[in-house]
Amino acid sequence: MTTVANSVEQKKGFGATLWDWLTTVDHKKIGILYLIGGGFFFVLGGIEALMIRLQLLIPNNDFVSAGFFNELITMHGTTMIFLAAMPLLFGFMNFIMPLQIGARDVAFPFINSLGFWMFFLGGLFLNLSWFLDAAPDAGWTSYASLSIASPGHGIDFYAIGLQIAGAGTLMGGINFLITIINMRAPGMTYMRMPLFTWTTFIASALILFAFPPLTIGLFFLTFDRMFGANFFDHTMGGNTIIWEHIFWIFGHPEVYILILPAFGIFSEIFSTFSRKRLFGYSAMVFATVLIGFLGFMVWAHHMFTVGLGPTANAIFAVATMAIAVPTGVKIFNWLLTIWGGSIKITTPMLYALGFIPSFVMGGVTGVQQGAAPLDYQLHDSYFIVAHFHYVIVGGVVLGILAATHYWWPKMFGTMLSEKLGKVTFWFFFIGFHMTFFLQHFLGLMGMPRRVWTFMDGQGWNLFNAISTVGAILMGIATIVLIINIIITTAKNERIGNDPWEDGRTLEWAIPSPPPFYNFAQTPLVRGLDTYWIEKQEGHNGYTAAEPVTDIHMPNGSIIPFFMTLGLFIAGFGAMYRIEHSWGLAVLIFGLAFTFLMMAIRSVKDDLGFYVTKEQIRRMERGRN
Amino acid sequence: MAHDIEIIEKTPAEFAYKKRRSDRMMRSQLMMFALMIFLTLISFAAVQAGFSAYFVVPVILLLATIQVGLQLYYFMHMSEKGHGLVAFFMYGGMLLAFLTVLAFVTIIWW
Repeated sequence: MTTVANSVEQKKGFGATLWDWLTTVDHKKIGILYLIGGGFFFVLGGIEALMIRLQLLIPNNDFVSAGFFNELITMHGTTMIFLAAMPLLFGFMNFIMPLQIGARDVAFPFINSLGFWMFFLGGLFLNLSWFLDAAPDAGWTSYASLSIASPGHGIDFYAIGLQIAGAGTLMGGINFLITIINMRAPGMTYMRMPLFTWTTFIASALILFAFPPLTIGLFFLTFDRMFGANFFDHTMGGNTIIWEHIFWIFGHPEVYILILPAFGIFSEIFSTFSRKRLFGYSAMVFATVLIGFLGFMVWAHHMFTVGLGPTANAIFAVATMAIAVPTGVKIFNWLLTIWGGSIKITTPMLYALGFIPSFVMGGVTGVQQGAAPLDYQLHDSYFIVAHFHYVIVGGVVLGILAATHYWWPKMFGTMLSEKLGKVTFWFFFIGFHMTFFLQHFLGLMGMPRRVWTFMDGQGWNLFNAISTVGAILMGIATIVLIINIIITTAKNERIGNDPWEDGRTLEWAIPSPPPFYNFAQTPLVRGLDTYWIEKQEGHNGYTAAEPVTDIHMPNGSIIPFFMTLGLFIAGFGAMYRIEHSWGLAVLIFGLAFTFLMMAIRSVKDDLGFYVTKEQIRRMERGRN
Repeated sequence: MAHDIEIIEKTPAEFAYKKRRSDRMMRSQLMMFALMIFLTLISFAAVQAGFSAYFVVPVILLLATIQVGLQLYYFMHMSEKGHGLVAFFMYGGMLLAFLTVLAFVTIIWW
């Protein structure tokens, strides 16, 4: 067993490194995998966005065909929500949350790995549609009548790919919940948890309750399209509206699953760089819980124009507006955290400061749409496009970029260039507002969303052109960020535990990057902002809650990857079963392979390994 | 491998307390088990007796609800300490499901 711990610092060949990453169950490595996977899909979704904007640069453009445009908008939305924003947040949750609560890993490391591979192969499955048939083309919401009628395999890729990726997300969410409930270090009470951990907790609870409806909806769609069911076919006794309900019962909590972790990230950044305790901590926690709860009560505001009737519309309108209250509580708490603080304008802080006005604008247009009569005017116009990009890009993406700069040193042990970081911010921020601000007015002028092109002489030309230029600026920002990452990695200037010098939470008390066992001794938490308290008392590091003892760690496993591979193969079988005779065999083989892997996992005892005291002491000495 | 395995010996008093406690728990489990079987018998009997469906269906649903509660609280230990969060999540989920269904049956056209 000594070999395991000793091999950690050794140089490895390419094959061994690849095997290590394929089999890893370490929450930090899985976090990095999520960031790589999410980053890849983010770039993909960004390229799709640029193609959309280039098509809309001038009136009567034929840069892409109308059918391809539908595929672009569908895949842009689906990719950005399911395969970019959520996995990127999951990457930070995976890496940072266990460190913040003083744990050595998540509760179920094996399931964590399974969750990642299901997300990644599900996303890959979805994107293979570009090469194999045609990409899905019914919009990211895939409303049933349209998606049932869509020819080819596009929507099949959507249903099966999202089913696999969604199952991975559900596993990840449950894992985070159990980790936070059970694996907090001694003294880490609920009301001492950092806000990022709190928002991870609430977002995971939302995943727990919101993803099952999606699973069911996608199964209905799969069966309707591939196995002859009629859930959504009204001529056969089905109901096409029910897809919209199911989708939005999932879909509305989904946007809170995205924004709440971003709120957590900004809460950490505001208090760190204002060098003040977060203002109104308990109100922040309460507001987070309340937003999570209300998020389930408002799904029908996406369907005001369906014809639910004035009673339903009025009730859902009021519920929608109620969400602005806890969100407002959060905004004011952030402002009051900054107020009177000793502010340091670092790149993450710049993102956080840019986030407040951007997100408030998105929130205000959200309340406007919450008024049902006005929504009849705004529905399916560019106003809606502007609104949700203001909350998703102005909230979630700014949060992800801020977190990238903020936690990069902790994750990789090197500091991203602040200068290039600020260049990224300004390009992105200006580009973002250029792209989406004018879309509000395009919407008010009557430009519908999801149109392939538009006619000249309607007064839409200038705003569309400016919007496209803004999108290009965001593209430049992304390229600068990638250059920054490459330069930083190449320079490889190592930094210490607390590179921002103002770290408040536990993750800053341990080396960057943390050793694979995270904490040599489990920390003792003596209050909110644990590490800040220790620093105030002149301590270097954290107070330990136990003597140095042997640490029990899980073994890596290739089984999660193989389990997912089976489902990936089965997906192709289910899809091609209709026109190819080999389809059914592939479907059965894939499922059987997955079940075989599950059986192996159940039968084989895997008790993990111990890192002995001597090894820990040796490694800790080698570091100091 | 030599690991730090802590061995904690129970004092006789602790041992006796533990034993008393498990005895009490065993008794309650058995009582609940008997009660469950009794409730199930009532359900079967109600169907066999040939009462009107409008009487039998609500009665069976009611008995089922009682059984779910007993299962959760006595067999699955929710009545003991340290299950507050489990209860919170379960009731939270039930409340969300209830409100969703309520919205469907009262205000939404479908």
